[in-house]
Amino acid sequence: MTTGKELAPPLAPESQERLFSAEGMRAAAVSLLARIRGGDLGSLPVIVGLVVIWAVFQALNPVFLSSTNLVNLTMQSAAIGTIALGIVVVLLVGEIDLSVGSVSGLASAILAVTFVQLQWNIVLALVAAIAAGALVGLLYGFLYTRFGLPSFVITLAGLLGFLGLQLWILGDTGSIGLPFDSWIVEFAQQWYLPAWASYIVAGLTAAAYAWILLRRARQRSAANLVSQSYLGIGIRSGFLMAFLMVAAWYLNLSRGVGVMFLFFLALVVVVNFALTRTRWGRAVYAVGGSVDASRRAGIRVDRIYISVFMLCSTLAAVGGVLAAARLASANQSSGTGDVNLNAIAAAVIGGASLFGGRGTAFAALLGIFVIQSISSGLTLLNLDSSVIFMITGIVLVLAVTVDSLSRRKRAAAGRA
Amino acid sequence: MTAAAGANGENMTSMSMTQPRPGRSRDPVLTVHAIGKRFGAVRALTDVDFWVNEGEVVALIGDNGAGKSTLVKLLSGVYSPDSGVIEYDGEPVEIGSPADAQELGIATVFQDLALCDNLDVVANLWLGRELRTGRTLDEVEMEQQTWTLLRELSAKIPSVRIPVASLSGGQRQTVAIARSLIGDPRIVILDEPTAALGVAQTAEVLGLIERLRERGHGVVLVSHSMADVMAVADRAVVLRLGRNNGVYNIADVTSETLIAAITGAVDNAVARRASDRPTPEPSDAKIIRMRDLNSRRGRDLRGGTP
Repeated sequence: MTTGKELAPPLAPESQERLFSAEGMRAAAVSLLARIRGGDLGSLPVIVGLVVIWAVFQALNPVFLSSTNLVNLTMQSAAIGTIALGIVVVLLVGEIDLSVGSVSGLASAILAVTFVQLQWNIVLALVAAIAAGALVGLLYGFLYTRFGLPSFVITLAGLLGFLGLQLWILGDTGSIGLPFDSWIVEFAQQWYLPAWASYIVAGLTAAAYAWILLRRARQRSAANLVSQSYLGIGIRSGFLMAFLMVAAWYLNLSRGVGVMFLFFLALVVVVNFALTRTRWGRAVYAVGGSVDASRRAGIRVDRIYISVFMLCSTLAAVGGVLAAARLASANQSSGTGDVNLNAIAAAVIGGASLFGGRGTAFAALLGIFVIQSISSGLTLLNLDSSVIFMITGIVLVLAVTVDSLSRRKRAAAGRA
Repeated sequence: MTAAAGANGENMTSMSMTQPRPGRSRDPVLTVHAIGKRFGAVRALTDVDFWVNEGEVVALIGDNGAGKSTLVKLLSGVYSPDSGVIEYDGEPVEIGSPADAQELGIATVFQDLALCDNLDVVANLWLGRELRTGRTLDEVEMEQQTWTLLRELSAKIPSVRIPVASLSGGQRQTVAIARSLIGDPRIVILDEPTAALGVAQTAEVLGLIERLRERGHGVVLVSHSMADVMAVADRAVVLRLGRNNGVYNIADVTSETLIAAITGAVDNAVARRASDRPTPEPSDAKIIRMRDLNSRRGRDLRGGTP
């Protein structure tokens, strides 16, 4: 029991809350080490894995870490990353959605048919495609909460059913090209931030982060609670600023920061906010932890399930739209093949636990980077897709092994 | 124990969220008259009477299958009674759902605690009732009130920002009890709070129960442990085979007496005689009589019925 030592002395109430407080940088490092040793790894394994993968591929092919390739990597990540973001949320409540690939394909088919063949307004076509995703999620949520079918089966049926619907909507044409001069295609293919704008975005992001931390620290110290030191806040936001600036600078050596990638990042931040700062997000984690406890705490569990399934399918539809826009076409193979598996693998590799209740929105971002790095690196080495699949499979097993081992270690160390 | 408890009482002072109510002390808050519940052919409860005062710890004891859990579930709104009346502050009420019970001010801590292991102490305490500023969670206020509450209970929790999975059994029980106090209930029902605990942790929870009494809550303690009952309860209500089998003032009895009542070695003749008669309608006069009986020893609720 790691907590044994801290519990023993009967402390005055005021000092009690400072028991675990990290005073100064050294204490912070010590508590971080203790957490890692206790199996609370957080994002550490993914980041280490990503560094290893990048180092290996860079050693094998110097083009890998070139600015051009990294820009490609970011743009390739956006669509499936958006889908993976939805998977993270579903995994948080301990469920699964196997049909995200089909739903993304359905959304791209709806976009192409309504926009190109039926000549709808682009906004209307986009709304129709994304609303279709939301409807699919509503259907799943209804089936799950009303009839208690396992989500695995519901979404497996959805995988087949909506693939069929996608083919039916596309009809005999098979493939429909989106016009290159429509803004949605330009958004996905050609819009990059000018260099100055990318630095401003990086600076503003770091400033906003610092401001949020600072405000929280002020409120907490006003409420007489342990708060982060100004030095710590400065160091954290300084690191973030430096990282974002360097990243923006490096990408700017080539085409720069893609607007579609920025859109994906914004989605991650928004979902992260919803998960950590709202009652809905708290309820999502609670349901993933214990459905029974959540129900007894007065959470309307059914609504949470429905909202989560809807969010996942909606994000899958958004991902499908992004993918179609990037390819400037929707065809019968949109959303099929590895889309499904890569999205789910990305969420798991990024650190969303399959057992529910653990993970953050940033898991989607980190996980999709790992997946796309492997795919991009192996493609650069002129390796066949057969090898790519096999290696991605191995990485997935490794990631789940890390999850499983750290879970066992957490249990032994008495952490959730 | 009492000296320590007194010192804690002084510590409470102004930071208390839920001040004990001095004006309404020692009145029955919750009264149950001749309540019955059957499941198919099984009569789980027959004509059971029960009441709880403010600032009083009532032990509900009995053998397995005596109807303790059924009574607790009736009070907490999980089941609805088939017959009988539940009065809250002298007014007949219907407790149709757990939400109804909570609204009335009856909080129940079930044996499985119903905590989310992956959430921290603050999140568990406020689950489903989170405080907000605008649309976002007010973590600062929730954390502050959590500390206030835990201090009032003199609870030993290492940090309110660690997942409850890392807490010991006693600490988890403490968190569950603290959570039940969030809605400022007047009755707290504890279902076997010490069943899975070691010696030190049991002592911790018993101390907690005494502090609940000091805060003015009426506490219903369901327990199998005579030691716990003798240590903290003011009064013990014995159920046997779904019927009342005596009400005892803990100060006046030994655990042998209680065990005898539980096992039926002392078959309460008064209770048996009373239950053979048709159930009279509950009345105000009856409540007064029951209050009179409160202080007497070894008498059934119906003992004084003419």
